[in-house]
Amino acid sequence: MLATKAIADDLAGAAPIKGRSLWADARARFFRNKAAVAGLFVLVCVAAFALFGPLIATWNYEDIDWTVLGNVAEAGRPSLENGHWFGTDALGRDLFARTAQGTQVSLMVGIVGALISVIVGTFYGAVAGYFGGRIDGVMMRVVDVLMSIPYMFVLILLLVVFGRSMLMLFIGIGLVSWLDMARIARGQTLTLRNKEFVEAAVATGVGPFTIIRRHIVPNLLGVVIVYATLLVPSMIIYESFISFLGLGVQEPLTSWGALINDGAAEMNNGTLWMLLVPLFFFVITLFGFFFVGDGLRDALDPKDR
Amino acid sequence: MSAPLLDVDNVSVTFNVTRQGAWPWTPPGKLQAVKDATIALEPGKTLGLVGESGSGKSTLARAIVGTVHASAGRVLWRGEDLRAMSPARQRAHGRHVQMIFQDPLAALNPRMTVGQVVAEPLTTHYPDLSKSEVRERVGKMMERVGLLPALVNRYPHEFSGGQCQRIGIARALITEPELVVCDEPVSALDVSVQAQVVNLLQDLQRERGLSLLFIAHDLSVVRHISHKIAVMYLGRIVESAAAADLIANPRHPYTRALIASVPIPSPKAERARHRPVLEGELPSPLAPPSGCVFRTRCPIVRPACAERVPPVEHVGPDHVVACPYHGQDAEAQSSTA
Ligand SMILES: Nc1ncnc2c1ncn2[C@@H]1O[C@H](COP(=O)(O)OP(=O)(O)OP(=O)(O)O)[C@@H](O)[C@H]1O
Ligand code: SF4
Ligand SMILES: [Mg+2]
Repeated sequence: MLATKAIADDLAGAAPIKGRSLWADARARFFRNKAAVAGLFVLVCVAAFALFGPLIATWNYEDIDWTVLGNVAEAGRPSLENGHWFGTDALGRDLFARTAQGTQVSLMVGIVGALISVIVGTFYGAVAGYFGGRIDGVMMRVVDVLMSIPYMFVLILLLVVFGRSMLMLFIGIGLVSWLDMARIARGQTLTLRNKEFVEAAVATGVGPFTIIRRHIVPNLLGVVIVYATLLVPSMIIYESFISFLGLGVQEPLTSWGALINDGAAEMNNGTLWMLLVPLFFFVITLFGFFFVGDGLRDALDPKDR
Repeated sequence: MSAPLLDVDNVSVTFNVTRQGAWPWTPPGKLQAVKDATIALEPGKTLGLVGESGSGKSTLARAIVGTVHASAGRVLWRGEDLRAMSPARQRAHGRHVQMIFQDPLAALNPRMTVGQVVAEPLTTHYPDLSKSEVRERVGKMMERVGLLPALVNRYPHEFSGGQCQRIGIARALITEPELVVCDEPVSALDVSVQAQVVNLLQDLQRERGLSLLFIAHDLSVVRHISHKIAVMYLGRIVESAAAADLIANPRHPYTRALIASVPIPSPKAERARHRPVLEGELPSPLAPPSGCVFRTRCPIVRPACAERVPPVEHVGPDHVVACPYHGQDAEAQSSTA
């Protein structure tokens, strides 16, 4: 059947036929999944809000609107007239602009954390799994030791000792985020290593690092991508927690965690929007990532091939 | 007789296996996958390697292509010891020896196009080739194995089993190796496709003067295409001889059982024939029987068999057998029929 189709294709045009890669198959399956597409749409909207929100906001995220200060509960309500579409915070700063800015920080933290974990974790795990034996033993014990350290404590210590800064936040998150990924990548590599196509490459004389790059990593990528999409929200949650403790990004910069913290503090003063607006973005983004992650897992599921 | 291309000299392969639930400090069990195997292969000839599942055929093949290390003995390529080569030299040696696998689809990286798969050995060993030259040679090779060169950008999962095996053959032959190790290349294929693939391999052998090591779990295909046949049981080569000689005068009781298990095309002859079917299962290679490893299933076993490993005996030109009682039972066996 395939052969006759191939012949027909060949007669139709002499140019080489484009194959359907597993990626293309997965993409088609992903876009058939309604929840995943909806999640992706939400994420695109949130990202657009983070990128373009500051441009369309009528207020700057750090300027105080003196006309509402002192009467935030009344004058600071969300309204179209005074340009505070999402209302203001307790200090009279525009919540729309601040939420957009906070979204930038939170998304960045999530994506940088996930990227570090993908790059470092995948490579580390693939090398450990591929070489096996003593190299594997040593490399994975290192991971075990790092994992046994209460990272939240370390992160807080880092922030306290070196001062609160974006860089410290990224370093702290980067330090822990790749550990799980390394374990996952190693586990997958152990099974891949025994596949016959890897053996064929070894027998041919392909070098070990070329094999890792050409044969192991591309076959890990499905699992890695799925895990990374689920990692982004957990990074965002870490950052929010840190900010909630008052150790996150520094004023006037903000993040979802910081905004939620501020909003929660004002809960009893009849200014519920200060909590609900950032919470809304936080929640829909987490759901967006979870749906996309789920959709990717189904789309890339090897059992389906 | 020409000089051997490949000389496998008393090769043993031992795997360390850790039993589940064992303490980390208990020494791992030793699994003798191959024990004292000796075979030789001449240029342009086919050696059939036959034995049931688990007898160590693939492991011996891996020791020959160098993906597992022999724990004892030597693998000599044109007289040069493989193990004495530097890792870089060993990788370069991959150009001369290629392998074809049992599961055609599993042997192809699902993320690579067929063109990339076939080109890999070429670009590995000849990194200076231009892109267009690689493309041209891949196209030619695809054509030679009966695939349309226009399919280079397709992915392995878009092909049938037989086509995948052709891709595997194209990959194995693109560096123009001198030896191709075929590890049960047709057992996963439909019977009709099997014949096509075997014919293709034979044609290529004739064209290029290839040597083939052809592995199979029964004699049905091997007996027709091999010049020599070696029979393996539980890691040992129990008998080896020229193909016609082995089929006509099998000496080892295991070889006889293997021959008997191949159906004869004529139903009448089939019915008239005595078929000593092997009973029992292959013993665990972790705890092989003492003395002759075949003794737990041997129809002519005697008490002495448990005491010592039967020595390899030359019973004719190029015919060796590892059973001291090989001559004494032929009549006895056929008379019980
Ligand atoms: N990497 C390994 N580690 C431990 N044991 C192994 C390994 N590879 C093979 N073995 C064992 O060695 C023995 C021989 O295996 P091998 O694959 O060589 O057999 P085979 O003759 O090729 O069988 P089949 O026809 O099923 O392919 C088996 O008992 C197997 O379990
Ligand atoms: S040595 Fe003994 S057990 Fe082994 S094959 Fe010969 S007769 Fe059978
Ligand atoms: Mg095998």
